[in-house]
Amino acid sequence: MVKVVFFGQTREVLNTPSILFEEPASNVAELRAKLQLRGDVWAEQLQSGKTLVAVNQTMASDDCAISANDEVAFFPPVTGG
Amino acid sequence: MVSVQSTPIDVNAAYSSLTENTDADGAAVFFVGKVRDNNVDATVYQLTLEHYPGMTERVIEEIISAARARWSLNRISVIHRVGPIQVGEEIVFVGVTSTHRHNAFNAAEFIMDKLKTQAPFWKKERSEQGEKWIEARESDTLAADKWS
Repeated sequence: MVKVVFFGQTREVLNTPSILFEEPASNVAELRAKLQLRGDVWAEQLQSGKTLVAVNQTMASDDCAISANDEVAFFPPVTGG
Repeated sequence: MVSVQSTPIDVNAAYSSLTENTDADGAAVFFVGKVRDNNVDATVYQLTLEHYPGMTERVIEEIISAARARWSLNRISVIHRVGPIQVGEEIVFVGVTSTHRHNAFNAAEFIMDKLKTQAPFWKKERSEQGEKWIEARESDTLAADKWS
């Protein structure tokens, strides 16, 4: 099980700040693909070019491995400052 | 010093704590980012800043470490507001002290450029045209890339 968290527009459009994901996923790409099966909005919001990913609060790419109890975040490009 | 806070930034207090007991430093440079009342031809009423608690603070610490690796610096303060922020209020304070001005100027700009493109904050704008999430700017990415 991994905790998946969302921020910014991604959080707002998916209408949830976080979910617990029970299905196995070995890396970011696999997790992303499985989440995208949850519906059209998920498929669109979690497109690879649209959202960035962090694993355990460190920026990660699609081939980054995921282990049980990791925290995976999906969010849009940042706009602070 | 890093602070991500929902309370207003007291710029005078931030400057005082940045510079107190730093008599070896001849330079103190600080930048303050404010909420302006306009963006792409619309009158802006308010911004709301969201962040990723934990990761945001850590990324800022990493940016500060990268600045220290590049220039000889003494004190560094980064204070960032989150939550609703009104027009005219401060969003961010970046302060750097060093022996001489060039290091402090460069480091302050470097920290701001990296903050804009790496620190997990997201801005939502409320304007006369309604609410919308601000999109990342290509010009900010180019500004950050010039340091690599």
